[in-house]
Amino acid sequence: MSSASPISSAVDLAPETSFQGLILTLQRFWAAQGCVILQPYDMEVGAGTFHPATTLRALGPKPWKAAYVQPSRRPKDGRYGENPNRLQHYYQFQVILKPNPPNLQELYLASLDAIGVDLKLHDIRFVEDDWESPTLGAWGLGWECWCDGMEVSQFTYFQQVAGFECAPVAGELTYGLERLAMYVQGVENVYDLNFNGGTGDERVSYGDVFLQAEQEYSRHNFEAADTAMLFRQFTDAEKACRTYLDAGAPEGGTGRHRMAQPAYDQCIKASHVFNLLDARGVISVTERQSYILRVRELAKACGAAWLQTAGGGAG
Amino acid sequence: MPDLLLELRSEEIPARMQRRAADDLKKLVTDALVERGFLYEGAKAFATPRRLALHVAGLPPRGQDVREERKGPRVGAPEGAVQGFLKSAGLASLDEATIVKDPKKGEFYVAVIERPGRATLDVLAEILPQIVRSFPWPKSMRWGEASARPGALRWVRPLQSIVATFGPETETPDVVPFEVDGIAAGTTTYGHRFLAPDAIEVRRFDDYVQALERAKVVLDVERRKDIILHDARDLAFARGLELVEDEGLLEEVAGLVEWPVVLLGTYDEAFLDIPAEAIRATIRANQKCFVLRQAGTDTLAPAFVLTSNLVASDGGLAITAGNERVVRARLSDAKFFWETDKGIRLEDRLPKLDTIVFHEKLGTQGARVKRIASLAFALTDDIDADPRLVDRAAKLAKTDLVTEMVGEFPELQGLMGRTYASLQGEDPRVAAAIEDHYRPVGPTDRVPTEPVSVAVALADKLDILTGFWWIDEKPTGSKDPYALRRAALGVIRLILENNLRLSLVGHLFDAAFHAHGRRRAFQIEFGDRTPEELEQALGALGDDAFADTLGNDLLAFFADRLKVYLRDKGARHDLIDAVFALPGQDDLLMVVRRVEALGQFLETDDGRNLLAGYKRAANILRIEEKKDGRAHDAAPDAALAAQGEPEERALADALARAGETASAAVAGEDFAGAMRALSTLRAPVDAFFERVTVNADDPALRRNRLALLNALRAATREVADFSRIEG
Repeated sequence: MSSASPISSAVDLAPETSFQGLILTLQRFWAAQGCVILQPYDMEVGAGTFHPATTLRALGPKPWKAAYVQPSRRPKDGRYGENPNRLQHYYQFQVILKPNPPNLQELYLASLDAIGVDLKLHDIRFVEDDWESPTLGAWGLGWECWCDGMEVSQFTYFQQVAGFECAPVAGELTYGLERLAMYVQGVENVYDLNFNGGTGDERVSYGDVFLQAEQEYSRHNFEAADTAMLFRQFTDAEKACRTYLDAGAPEGGTGRHRMAQPAYDQCIKASHVFNLLDARGVISVTERQSYILRVRELAKACGAAWLQTAGGGAG
Repeated sequence: MPDLLLELRSEEIPARMQRRAADDLKKLVTDALVERGFLYEGAKAFATPRRLALHVAGLPPRGQDVREERKGPRVGAPEGAVQGFLKSAGLASLDEATIVKDPKKGEFYVAVIERPGRATLDVLAEILPQIVRSFPWPKSMRWGEASARPGALRWVRPLQSIVATFGPETETPDVVPFEVDGIAAGTTTYGHRFLAPDAIEVRRFDDYVQALERAKVVLDVERRKDIILHDARDLAFARGLELVEDEGLLEEVAGLVEWPVVLLGTYDEAFLDIPAEAIRATIRANQKCFVLRQAGTDTLAPAFVLTSNLVASDGGLAITAGNERVVRARLSDAKFFWETDKGIRLEDRLPKLDTIVFHEKLGTQGARVKRIASLAFALTDDIDADPRLVDRAAKLAKTDLVTEMVGEFPELQGLMGRTYASLQGEDPRVAAAIEDHYRPVGPTDRVPTEPVSVAVALADKLDILTGFWWIDEKPTGSKDPYALRRAALGVIRLILENNLRLSLVGHLFDAAFHAHGRRRAFQIEFGDRTPEELEQALGALGDDAFADTLGNDLLAFFADRLKVYLRDKGARHDLIDAVFALPGQDDLLMVVRRVEALGQFLETDDGRNLLAGYKRAANILRIEEKKDGRAHDAAPDAALAAQGEPEERALADALARAGETASAAVAGEDFAGAMRALSTLRAPVDAFFERVTVNADDPALRRNRLALLNALRAATREVADFSRIEG
């Protein structure tokens, strides 16, 4: 047939030439390491760590290997599409391996090699950066990974999540996809990234996909987000989380928890609503701390519930 | 003599922890050896990002043999005693004991126990795993499968291998046989992560260092620093530039590489609009790179030096380009901050300070600024500073905390404030005070001398000190989270080095506590009262009495800090105590003058003898007062003394004269004069003790002589409490 393939050879899926090529390469790489390749969690989160595949699965004794892209929202980082490096919505590629394999650093370096970072040409460094998420009651030790002086990933050995010791410890890798793509594509402005690997008319840039969204959401985050509604939503989510935790609590005190994940969704919700309120500048410095503590209490309660489920390793 | 080589190889150790860890390793291992009687000739420890290493040279192959003789019961002793002896000495029967004859005690058994010294290798195998398990990292972690079990090994980052060998130079050394959590000590290690990925075998320290060097690892941090510094200077020099040296950065960078490769990058000259310190801070903090300046000037050059860890196949082109890109992005941010900040006048930033909590019990930065301003204003007379300028400087002093630039680089606080103040046309003294009011930051930092700066600097520190005293969060032991000791030292240096006459308790603390007291009362308890009601409430609170107690407590803290400060300058701490023991000593300049005069006086023969005379008098008084059950503090009766011995009369006359002269001299702040007056007492005191019996039979005479001694005690108190002086 003459009109055989609509997919033309003009589309290049090499990681150095397209944003999606970079994602596909990382997915293949980690799939080959035995990870389940998940899709993004269907809720607004501030970072890939919030995905239950990381937060909840990092708890309990069961081995777990997963990798996924997670769109991450940082309302305060919006710059109306005018800053070449800062976005209020961006992608993280998240890898979680429990227990961490002994060669996790080597695996990470091999993944950089796979996406076109030549380790004979580039200066890769592991620079101390201890990670802590006050809202998740989580912390770990690790590094920011530098490539020629630029931070391209976070590498963390989780020590505690939701206030519980991780036993065994999980290794978490978080790749900043836009930054990495800018690096391998040699682009100075995120909006200039080639998204699909097409050339000529077929080329779709990151700006084509996201510039308008950045403008609209910056406006929303800083100027318009309905704060009365958000305050209500925060309280509602907090209450719902508690309700679901109570409703799913083990009966007779011996069984398993039956609603840890729906409850945790509400914790995620509360956290994102808090970020929006923070961006709107309606939370004072002193209140800020108390909101963070409230989310952390939810995270802890959800973690405790998860440990009473099959996924959390309860007998 | 055999050597120990130990290497603990791990994933990347934070740069800031490496030096301390190497020191700890050396101390722990050598202490454990010495404790067990193993002496060594020398030890040196090393750290790189991926390993801690230790070389202990000149250890004995084994410990000393121990021969011990244990005395047993006499021959023919009861069976129970014999059995006990055999058991405790580890003998099977009495045949193994020897019999010793003693002319007095007769025959008794002696067991000779010989314990051969333990092999050093075995002792090391016992010591080393314990040290690894309990290593004092400031922060440590668990990892991998083992972390599922309680009691898993903790290390700063995952520990990957251990090399531990022990043996003499001429032979193949032994591996120290031990393992920790499944990691067995051996002879295999790895060199540079990228440049030499293959395993290397090592035997002893000398070949270890060479093998690492071949595998692109410079083991010694001092050598890595040296390489970086010299290469950086050379690179700069080749371009007609100069390296802006930075020891802290150098140390950090040397902890980030095993094989330093120094490269030079550039950036657009247009960025040089940004203040130089901000450029330096950006490039230093975010990129860990050095900045450069035009040779022989203070002007920054649009270039930087980076230290990579790689001999790249393209000679470092890609690495340089990558770093330049990041520096460019960072400087764009800094330029944006700079431009944004310039658009807002500092005074317009004041309301923002009201939203920033300084400390939950001490209110906002805004409240703090108000206190500092009122306190600085109260100081203007003492310091002879223009009150308008002081007020302005105090109000603007903290405004740069809410600028973008300081938000990003907190270490630029003060400096940015000064820059923005100059830019908006403030008086140069105000601009300088905004920067200098944080000073002195440490014992070697410059002390401001410009009166406006001095006033705000004093107010800033006194506010912190009185504030934390007020809420009872004083430094304890090694804990001083708010750097209050440093603040007190700052006040001391500001006062002494500017020759300021200030009464701490009566004037400064009082004003500062008042600011806290009113604010606290107002904010916490009486927010909704009228001013009249507030005054009443303040009275009821007893703020003044409370502040007095705190003030004396804080003065004691200052006395301690002053002691540390003067001790560093060679003064005797007992003399400082002797002066502070007098009432009302809160004028630091006068305290120091008095201590100096006292120190000089006690260096003279007269001073030493008078002190001896004082001690003798004080001893006698103590004993007699105890005996009599009452103090002999009445004034001596001159007429009675005149009837006694000539020496008694002479002393009474001398005391009357000296006391008066010393008192007048002290009032005139002539401490040397006061000491001279006291020195006239030496001869009459010596003569008195030589010729006169204090405990005379006549009770009236005895009483009067004791009163004379008491008068001596009182006269010396004009200058110091001699009882506090040692020697």
